[in-house]
Amino acid sequence: MEFAELIKTPRADNVALHRPFRAALEGTLCLTGHHLIFSSRRRDKAEELWLLHSDIDSVEKRFVGSLGTIIIKCKDLRIIQLDIPGMEECLNIASSIEALSTLDSVTLMYPFFYRPMFEVLEDGWSSFLLEQEFELLSSVTNEWRLSCVNKEFSVCPSYPPVVIVPKCVDDEALRKVALFRHGGRFPVLSYYHKKNGMAMLRSSQPLTGTNGRRCKEDEKLINATLRSGRRGFVIDTRPLGVAQQARAKGGGFEQEIHYPQWRRIHKYIERFNILQESFIKLVEACNDQSHNMDRWLSKLEASNWLTHIKELLTAACLAAQCIDREGASVLVHGSEGTDSTLQVTSLAQIILDPRCRTIRGFEALVVREWLQAGHPFQQRCAQSAYSNSKQKWEAPVFLLFLECVWQIHRQFPCSFEFNEHFLIMLFEHAYASQFGTFLGNNENERAKLKLPQKTMSLWSWVNRPEELSRFQNPLYEANSLVIWPSVAPQSLQLWEGVFLRWNRPSKFLEEAEEERIHIIKYNKELQAKVNALRRQLAEMETGERARE
Amino acid sequence: QVEQVKLLDRFSTSNKSLTGTLYLTATHLLFIDSSQRETWILHHHIAAVEKLPLTTSGCPLVIQCKNFRIVHFVVPRERDCHDIYNSLLQLSRTAKYEELYAFSYNPKQNESEQVKGWQLIDLAEEYKRMGVPNAYWQLSDANRDYKICETYPRELYVPRTASKPIIVGSSKFRSKGRFPVLSYYHKNKEAAICRCSQPLSGFSARCLEDEHMLQAISKANPSNRYMYVMDTRPKLNAMANRAAGKGYENEDNYSNIRFQFVGIENIHVMRSSLQKLLEVSGTRGLSVNDFLSGLENSGWLRHVKAVLDAAVFLAKAIAVESASVLVHCSDGWDRTSQVCSLGALLLDSYYRTIKGFMVLIEKDWISFGHKFSDRCCQLDGDPKEISPVFTQFLESVWNLTEQFPQAFEYNEAFLLQIHEHVHSCQFGNFLGNCQKEREELKLKEKTYSLWPFLLAEQKKYQNPLYNPDFSPELTLLEPNTVSFNFKFWRNMYHQFDRSMHPRQSMFNLIMNTSEQNKQLEEDIKELEAKIKQRNGQSDVVLGKEQAQTAPPAPVALKSPPCFPKEQPAVPGTEAVRTIEGSNAADNRYSDLVSEFSKAEPAVVSLEYGVARMTC
Repeated sequence: MEFAELIKTPRADNVALHRPFRAALEGTLCLTGHHLIFSSRRRDKAEELWLLHSDIDSVEKRFVGSLGTIIIKCKDLRIIQLDIPGMEECLNIASSIEALSTLDSVTLMYPFFYRPMFEVLEDGWSSFLLEQEFELLSSVTNEWRLSCVNKEFSVCPSYPPVVIVPKCVDDEALRKVALFRHGGRFPVLSYYHKKNGMAMLRSSQPLTGTNGRRCKEDEKLINATLRSGRRGFVIDTRPLGVAQQARAKGGGFEQEIHYPQWRRIHKYIERFNILQESFIKLVEACNDQSHNMDRWLSKLEASNWLTHIKELLTAACLAAQCIDREGASVLVHGSEGTDSTLQVTSLAQIILDPRCRTIRGFEALVVREWLQAGHPFQQRCAQSAYSNSKQKWEAPVFLLFLECVWQIHRQFPCSFEFNEHFLIMLFEHAYASQFGTFLGNNENERAKLKLPQKTMSLWSWVNRPEELSRFQNPLYEANSLVIWPSVAPQSLQLWEGVFLRWNRPSKFLEEAEEERIHIIKYNKELQAKVNALRRQLAEMETGERARE
Repeated sequence: QVEQVKLLDRFSTSNKSLTGTLYLTATHLLFIDSSQRETWILHHHIAAVEKLPLTTSGCPLVIQCKNFRIVHFVVPRERDCHDIYNSLLQLSRTAKYEELYAFSYNPKQNESEQVKGWQLIDLAEEYKRMGVPNAYWQLSDANRDYKICETYPRELYVPRTASKPIIVGSSKFRSKGRFPVLSYYHKNKEAAICRCSQPLSGFSARCLEDEHMLQAISKANPSNRYMYVMDTRPKLNAMANRAAGKGYENEDNYSNIRFQFVGIENIHVMRSSLQKLLEVSGTRGLSVNDFLSGLENSGWLRHVKAVLDAAVFLAKAIAVESASVLVHCSDGWDRTSQVCSLGALLLDSYYRTIKGFMVLIEKDWISFGHKFSDRCCQLDGDPKEISPVFTQFLESVWNLTEQFPQAFEYNEAFLLQIHEHVHSCQFGNFLGNCQKEREELKLKEKTYSLWPFLLAEQKKYQNPLYNPDFSPELTLLEPNTVSFNFKFWRNMYHQFDRSMHPRQSMFNLIMNTSEQNKQLEEDIKELEAKIKQRNGQSDVVLGKEQAQTAPPAPVALKSPPCFPKEQPAVPGTEAVRTIEGSNAADNRYSDLVSEFSKAEPAVVSLEYGVARMTC
């Protein structure tokens, strides 16, 4: 298919661009296969706006006489308005944008066409391999092994080709366990707590069904992570009722009689459309400037967004607590094990593992616990808060995770190597990107699409020194401790960097941030200078002494 | 002194406690726990003491403080508890000013320091800074002996054209005699903020002198002959006041005025609003939705927004329209003080400095007779007079500091400290209800002023991000008052609940770093001076040596035999980054799990990191 067919009017002049809290701009609008480009074309200071079509969540059009107005709502929650003279041009442009922003085929997406303008120093596609992870693990324990049982994606389509499992369980047993778990997602190692040797496993629900089916290999697998005489915890992210109902559909939960060494805790985490609705409501509330205080607070409450944040943080803290405080191994799962499960396991690692609070470590976490673990990014992030599509697979699961990280970041501002912009950048790229990283729903699909060969990895770009410097937190000082956040409602805040980003002037806040960074940088310069001067002085003194 | 007393964590459902000894002194309640940490509570800070029903571990005693600290003791023996309870009741309720802490507090200052301290803030100086007296405004001696208005200060600034009979006539037409006077004068715009109380207009009464007074104010502004009259009350309240012979200005009777209601609620609404807010925020195991709906139902943030909206309206009238504004409410000492002072704060960057803020409080709150004694319940009095009007003012300022992080010289700690001392009765500034009362109490001789003490430790209150060039002297600060900008002030209402705060304070870190930077700059200067000095010496030496013998090896190339290891220039960053309260037991999820375990007995309850198997 040619993009040209979709572009009926490639260019319009005398277009006015309106952006929140910025002066209106007059200029030319161009449409290309992947971008909407606006240029003010002014000699003195030309301003350009490049917008990926895939970043567009919804398009609305209005007419006043022959002046058409297109309102574009983006997946990063920005809203821009274009005034286009000429009804036909306006209609053409609107329909082109609509068509181009909702392309069906993945292979038509921009990442397949994007050619980087930067030199690739390190191929991000091979920056974070599970093999490296395993090497690290092998240096502290030999109880685990790498299994290639899923090499052809035949045992579990949503798992990566290699996984880490207890050493005493062979591939044959894994195949059997896969049959006993929803979607073949057998329990694998998510995190190993070096401090006490406890493990966090993740899986999907067991397929016990109504007749209480059991699987000896499954029991053996997870029991292998327990120390003798100790118990483990199963954290089920569904309420007991839902877990019980799941039995009717062939699903279920670990029953006490078959798993006597495990205690089950049901910690409910909301799913799918409920989250999406919550997201939509919150964005609606934030975008309406006319709300009086009562209405704003009640809308904020009605969105339930912060409740989800609190529940999620609580569950993650619980998992971390079981591992660090109780010295127990933990198995986390919900139904499919691709959403709430990953939220809990990844957040627990942020709390427990200082490495995950570094930039590289966090990237590795996202790769390991989200991309390789088979979180269906393409489905979940197909649309953002403005779309009317209301597909049941759309849900801001990853955004919720990022926001929880931000909440912890706020409470421990010196313990993270990255800053808020890093999290916002990940949010943006998960929804629309020139990079192939977040395309596809799992490693299997990514392999089929040949993404590593055909597209550029986000990490190749992010990890370049000049980009990294934008995402570094100047306050960072490695903190090897477990960090326990407060989950009291008074301690949680709306993530203004995402939700109010386009809704209020942020100049003063940004300037203050710059000043903060300046103070820290200046401090380092001064320290260096003082040290240099001291050295110089010491040298002079010894020099003099030597002469004497 | 009572031993083996337990101090409970307010937000833990797991009855976590500290054991220690409770001491009662003449001024403070002191609790020292087993690790020798001290908790001091000033008797004057105690708002309420409550004895709860006896439990197996002892007799619980809950003390609520005016600075929003709530402590929960368990005293092993009921008789002790009863004694403490009675003593605290007596000690926290004072009948006479002379019994307040300020009269016994002795900071080891000599008399001249004490006098100097009181002279630190000079309001005459402040009016001079604003540019009055001038061609339009003059100092009036009408109230020199508090004859016209008891609750005003002696020195008042009025339009030159307002003669004494006009002043006297106007004051008779205003509630409590609080006639229109100057609160702030804007040099550049030649416009004024004036303040007064409501007119005694009833349904139809009018007063020519009062009309003249307002006319004099509008004529004193050459840039705009229209003036605003802001009634900060909701229209309904103002109308209801007419039945009592009070009310508001009739636009028909006054020339060139624009009348405007603003709709800030009265002290009783504010009192119960804060009460509701505290009830919600003090709930154990609070859910997000209960918190948000509680926040909404309390109306507190709505009220804060209303106050700030009014201030923005006022400031814009002056800065944009160059119009003078007369502000009043009922008596003109609560809402009027809030709006006038916040308006001035938005207009004049001087009030955003530490010294300037002290001046602002002295002027619009203390001198114009905000009834601190009644509102803060300094003496045992009418509970209906208590109201968090000043707290609300501080919260509005805090909101501004959040929106304009570089515009204020002071930080949050400064606001909290002032709040602390408004209630502490440790210094004389806030005692009493008006200047006349303060003079009668001879506060300046018998007590000390707070401001020199705050100024002496101003390092603690400086905002490291402050940029004096942020806004030139008289440019308007325009806050965004869309609802989502107003946040719950956790550091005020949970100041003492450590478990709720961020574990690492970015603010403290920046503050200490900034402080350290200054020290480092000094160090560099010193080192450079030393090096320069040595260079001078060695040049001389070198010169001599060169003259005598072959040039010696360059000094700099010689590696020192025992070069001292590089040390961090100033130690201290480590301490900043300590993580407070960061352990699972301090947090609430353990409680949540225990709640959950009640619902399902086959599940482990996790408390303090100790698992109890309950199956």
